[in-house]
Amino acid sequence: MNILIVLIPVSICLGAAGLIACLWTLRSGQYEDLEGDAARILLEDDMWVEGEEG
Amino acid sequence: MTVAACTGCIALAPSVETARRGVPDTEAAVYLALPQIRCAACIAGVEGVLAKLPSVKAARVNLSAKRVRLVLAPGCDVSTALQALNDAGFDAHELDATALRPANDDAGRHLLARAAVAGFAMMNVMAISVAVWSGAGDVTRVMFHWVSAAIALPALAFSAVPFFASAWGALRAGRVNMDVPIALAILLAAATSLYETFAARGAHTWFDAALSLTFFLLVGRYLEHRARATARSAAAELTALELPRATRLTATGRETVDVAVLMPDDRIALAAGARAPVDGIAETAAMVDRSALTGEADPVALAAGDLVCAGEVILGAPLTLRATHRAEDSTLRRLAALVEVAETGKHRYSGIADRAARLYAPVVHGLAAVAFAVWWALTGDLHHAIAVATATLIITCPCALALAIPAVTAAMTGRLFRAGVLLKSPTALERLADIDTVVFDKTGTLTEGVAVLPALDPDAASVALSLAQASHHPASRALAASLAVQAPADLRDVVEVAGKGVTALWNGEPVGLVRGEDGPELHLPDRCIPLPLTETPRPGTAALIAALRAGGWQVAMVTGDTSARASALAAKLGIDQIHAGVLPHEKVDLVRGMSEQGRRVLMVGDGLNDTAALAAAHASLAPGSALDAARVASDGVILGGTLGTVAQTLSLARRARSRIKQNLALAAAYNCVAIPVAVMGFATPLMAAAVMSSSSILVVLNALRR
Repeated sequence: MNILIVLIPVSICLGAAGLIACLWTLRSGQYEDLEGDAARILLEDDMWVEGEEG
Repeated sequence: MTVAACTGCIALAPSVETARRGVPDTEAAVYLALPQIRCAACIAGVEGVLAKLPSVKAARVNLSAKRVRLVLAPGCDVSTALQALNDAGFDAHELDATALRPANDDAGRHLLARAAVAGFAMMNVMAISVAVWSGAGDVTRVMFHWVSAAIALPALAFSAVPFFASAWGALRAGRVNMDVPIALAILLAAATSLYETFAARGAHTWFDAALSLTFFLLVGRYLEHRARATARSAAAELTALELPRATRLTATGRETVDVAVLMPDDRIALAAGARAPVDGIAETAAMVDRSALTGEADPVALAAGDLVCAGEVILGAPLTLRATHRAEDSTLRRLAALVEVAETGKHRYSGIADRAARLYAPVVHGLAAVAFAVWWALTGDLHHAIAVATATLIITCPCALALAIPAVTAAMTGRLFRAGVLLKSPTALERLADIDTVVFDKTGTLTEGVAVLPALDPDAASVALSLAQASHHPASRALAASLAVQAPADLRDVVEVAGKGVTALWNGEPVGLVRGEDGPELHLPDRCIPLPLTETPRPGTAALIAALRAGGWQVAMVTGDTSARASALAAKLGIDQIHAGVLPHEKVDLVRGMSEQGRRVLMVGDGLNDTAALAAAHASLAPGSALDAARVASDGVILGGTLGTVAQTLSLARRARSRIKQNLALAAAYNCVAIPVAVMGFATPLMAAAVMSSSSILVVLNALRR
């Protein structure tokens, strides 16, 4: 049963990592255009970034 | 659930990075509405067109909102971008950025963050609960309770704040709302569980129940928030669409400028039926319609020098307005606020649900108290009595009932918005569901006018242009567009009579652009020149009429035009009920007459002569090209060049009504079954939380399904 002392914190930490990742996606505005993001994977590279970098 | 969402989101991250780089947040941005974009090819097309323009520094399409956000090079105008998009076949309209207040959905994001924390804590506590319920003993069991408490209490303290805040607000005001039983149940479950943890007697704890209740309610709350946000953004989009431009009179002539740059003392030309963009002073006597601001239907007569408020519609004669305030200070912002209030307003059905919830709240608490007292008296087991009372509180909470309507409204308003129909009246969806007859205006609604001009001498052409510019009638607009190269003549006392035409004085003699036997006629002091117009039906109109008739709706056409022209068009489109040669006030009588026969009429019209009929009909829609006055009077605006969405709107409204009824029945049935089970002590708080949330989620899913 002593293994629980390791397992419980590990499982909580893994869950917390997921939670933090989810809060980050919220903060960085990744849910603002879900339809557009779904469509954009079909496109070639983003033209505006190319313009700025090239 | 949390983890699955996150892996998906991490994959999406690069596109957000490009969005950040693509459109810097710091610079002033311009928004264009693109009602017709649907797919990846449209995104590529729009961004490709804009990338070629030197005046555009950056652009990013938002497909969900059907918008593109532009950053312009310094000193550049948005008109080239609009022109380029329209040339490429994308229907683009400029939006008023100040009215949009884009993407600032902090409340929604906070709710999601709270739901994420509750969901995370719920999963962990439930994993531990599995061990407890499957029989962990003694020390291990006590340790598990402590771990659960350590996770659950901070998570509840953060996640359940919306319920506590709302319940406290209601209690302080001496009311009881739906959040009171919820907050009470969460507190009771947490407090008894904490007591059991300290006492370490090995009795059950309910941290899992409190957390899952919080989590599923937050998900429901978030969906409800989305419903209201969708309605609000439709309202914002309408306001943003309506007033981005004004016609300013300068020493050299007319120029079209952004409403935002109008300064006090600018002179602004307003055609009959146009809306004042800023507060100002009328330079001539005029009639104005204040109904949008005051709800007062009768027109108000103004003398020269009287104050005109932004948002008032000019009737009768065209007017020159001298601005007294800038747009952002004008009363229009108050109007926008009013629209927003109306949008978030309650439904007829919502009213029923609210009343039910209010009657129901004392019942919830009463039942829980009775269950607690009876179980304590009968068994003497305080812990069990509290568990039954908590389960009763949770199970009887009328959350599904409260979600039944907003969930449907959200789904349907969003679907209509995607189809290009913006509803602005909160009850519009319900009234659209009642419709059995659709009445279309002809000119400007079913058809688009194209002017075929005879050769005109310069005097006639310049008088015709000035008269046409004074009106927003589709025929006038078509004439003005084809005469735009001429210099306008100097006219006085311009008056527009709805359904008749425009008259004025030119060099002291009467001239007019009036409705003749065979289309518009130009009356000059010495002669009369017919200006024939050919009319082409809008694309998709015949298919729309066929779809409406197939769906069981009656279709009628009403027009001020001659019956020969009307019948020719009606035959082409397949309309059998024609009312030709109808004057504006007769249009109203016609619509009223139909209502008195028990028919529920949807009026679709765009002009000054339709406004009264639009207001009188059971429900009304105006095309996006319609006059401001018509858009104010109607319940919704159809964006995009076609009318094809009318049939879709009507069938969606019917579906919304049946979904609302299903949802109310579902919620009522759930309560009938669940309450006896809870009171009789067959449900643990965890089961209660699961059952209650599943009924809420079921209601939401029923609203969202196709």
